[in-house]
Amino acid sequence: MKNTGLPLRLEGVSKRYGKYTALTPTDLTVAAGEFLTLLGPSGSGKTTLLNLIAGYLEPMSGTIEIGSRDVTRLPARQRNIGMVFQSYALFPHMTVGQNIGYGLAVRGVSKAESTRRVSEVLSLMRLEGYADRPIQKMSGGQQQRVALARALVIEPDVLLMDEPLSALDKQLRRTVQLELRRLHQEHGRTTIYVTHDQEEALVLSDRIAVMDQGRIQQLGTVDDIYDRPANAFVAGFIGESNLLPVKVNAVAEGKATTEVEAFRRTIVAPAAPGVEAGQTARLLLRPEHLLLNETDDGVPAEIIEAVYLGELSQYGLALESGQVLTARRITDRSLRTGMKVSLSWDPGHARVVPEN
Amino acid sequence: MRSAVTSRYNMQTVLLLAPALLVLAAVFVIPLGRLFSLAFTDPAGTWVPFQTLLTSPVYRQVVANTLVVALAVTAICAVLAWPVAYVLSRLKGVWFVIALYGVLFPFWISVLVRTFSWMLLLERNGPLNRMLAGSGMTDGPIALLFNNTGVMIGMVHVLLPYMILPLYSAMTRIDRRLLLASDGLGAGLLDTFRRIYLPLCLPGLAGGATFVFLLSLGFFITPALLGGANAITLSMLIASFVNDRLAWSLAAAGSLALLLIVLLIMGLTAKMLPLEKGMFAK
Ligand SMILES: Nc1ncnc2c1ncn2[C@@H]1O[C@H](COP(=O)(O)OP(=O)(O)OP(=O)(O)O)[C@@H](O)[C@H]1O
Ligand SMILES: [Mg+2]
Repeated sequence: MKNTGLPLRLEGVSKRYGKYTALTPTDLTVAAGEFLTLLGPSGSGKTTLLNLIAGYLEPMSGTIEIGSRDVTRLPARQRNIGMVFQSYALFPHMTVGQNIGYGLAVRGVSKAESTRRVSEVLSLMRLEGYADRPIQKMSGGQQQRVALARALVIEPDVLLMDEPLSALDKQLRRTVQLELRRLHQEHGRTTIYVTHDQEEALVLSDRIAVMDQGRIQQLGTVDDIYDRPANAFVAGFIGESNLLPVKVNAVAEGKATTEVEAFRRTIVAPAAPGVEAGQTARLLLRPEHLLLNETDDGVPAEIIEAVYLGELSQYGLALESGQVLTARRITDRSLRTGMKVSLSWDPGHARVVPEN
Repeated sequence: MRSAVTSRYNMQTVLLLAPALLVLAAVFVIPLGRLFSLAFTDPAGTWVPFQTLLTSPVYRQVVANTLVVALAVTAICAVLAWPVAYVLSRLKGVWFVIALYGVLFPFWISVLVRTFSWMLLLERNGPLNRMLAGSGMTDGPIALLFNNTGVMIGMVHVLLPYMILPLYSAMTRIDRRLLLASDGLGAGLLDTFRRIYLPLCLPGLAGGATFVFLLSLGFFITPALLGGANAITLSMLIASFVNDRLAWSLAAAGSLALLLIVLLIMGLTAKMLPLEKGMFAK
């Protein structure tokens, strides 16, 4: 399997169900061999976008290209995609080998060639010797791998996976995640992966598209999305965050001067695009970026909760305004509930983001 | 401990089954045994009734005719039921309820009434013949009654729901995503039908076909009224042995032969169709 797949390009692709817009016009470019994850809460349009790419849905507008081929009007069977469904959708009346060989059989690949390729992909998925097993006799994790093998054996130009691990228990999920990553590293193939588990997205992806309300809210590497979230939704959805409402007084050279009511102070911090003077926005402070008692002139706060997580501790901090923040620090036994602390942060670590 | 639990479980099973088994034994198994014993206790000799049947060309012809009619009815029912079951499996809400009642409605009217209605419809000068002649499709009235055509029309009408319902139930259990998966793997519509949809429908088709075939083999009222003397089936022949000739031993032997034919056919189909595979349809 040397083919690493083809690039994929979407332009202005949208989808509506009746009056409900499941996907607003969306542009998306995925490089050949890239692993892109669609991450977002339930109902955000991930499956809709994936099914549009697969050809199971027809877009209301826009074009979809795989390689240099415009596939917008082609049915799924002519797109040469590999799809792994959440429920696997394995054929219940066939053996493992017949399931995997199905795509080859309908392509008219010879029996000998098909047998060879099936056994090749079986060993790739570490399923040697299972070819003649009825599919019903396979465990959940094995079925998941058969579903993946069935999608891979046809050497698809693009591999699509819709929450393929959600039926597995946590432990097995970890194992299969690592296996997926190994597979992608060894055989890198253009892959679009849907999940609502952000940890899974972080483990697997080259880039992540964070989706909400039928829109890609941000597309970028893990670092982009975590360190430079585009808006309050992305900041809140990825990792843990303190998001404080602010009023923007001025924006200049990528920095915003904002009034933070919870602090009763004016603060200058790097601003995301879209933050404009005169509007309200949010100030993002990650829990691990909050410093306690490192300066004397910080924001006064009281520790109302201290949870020891081992090496790290998590603190609930009440400001004088009543606002509560979360901080995470190396455990310091001298910090106790009820203590007054002075709160500060590295100016580079704060970020002003648009509300949405 | 374990065996005590098991034996108690067995005890319960026996008790729960007992009433039904007793009733069945009293009203079905014992009379059936008595009937079959008649076949072997003919005063003329133990095997005489069977010899009579085997050497009678009439009997052989009737058996052949019965099988042909039953097979034809089964095949016609399958063809007619397929689209109905498919539409039924795709409908939702009110339309589904309406369609389902459309299928079940005939059950509410007695077979006798429906068969008499067919007699009126299929008459030489009945509405159907007048319509055919009026539209210029036939020159004169054609014989729709008192032959196999009439028998098959009536039997298909009565038996169609027995084909539709199992088929419908098999179709609704097919996960649509399997068809999508097949499509995504590059299969054309024909391949998806032949390799995925049809095999997963097979249990329903086989169930429906078994119902229809077995019921047609033993059908009496409809063939008797619509077929008459020109289209005799096995059940009619058995009835005439009893009613006209008072030949109980012949009737018993004929019934036994019918039962053996049925068992033979069921055994063969079970062997030939890979049903257990399709059973996994979900
Ligand atoms: N066939 C349909 N008819 C009407 N609305 C639909 C249909 N399919 C999806 N929707 C709506 O479109 C929106 C997006 O659905 P989609 O399945 O893409 O979400 P998702 O991000 O995959 O969510 P999940 O994580 O729960 O799978 C949802 O609000 C859903 O209710
Ligand atoms: Mg989904």
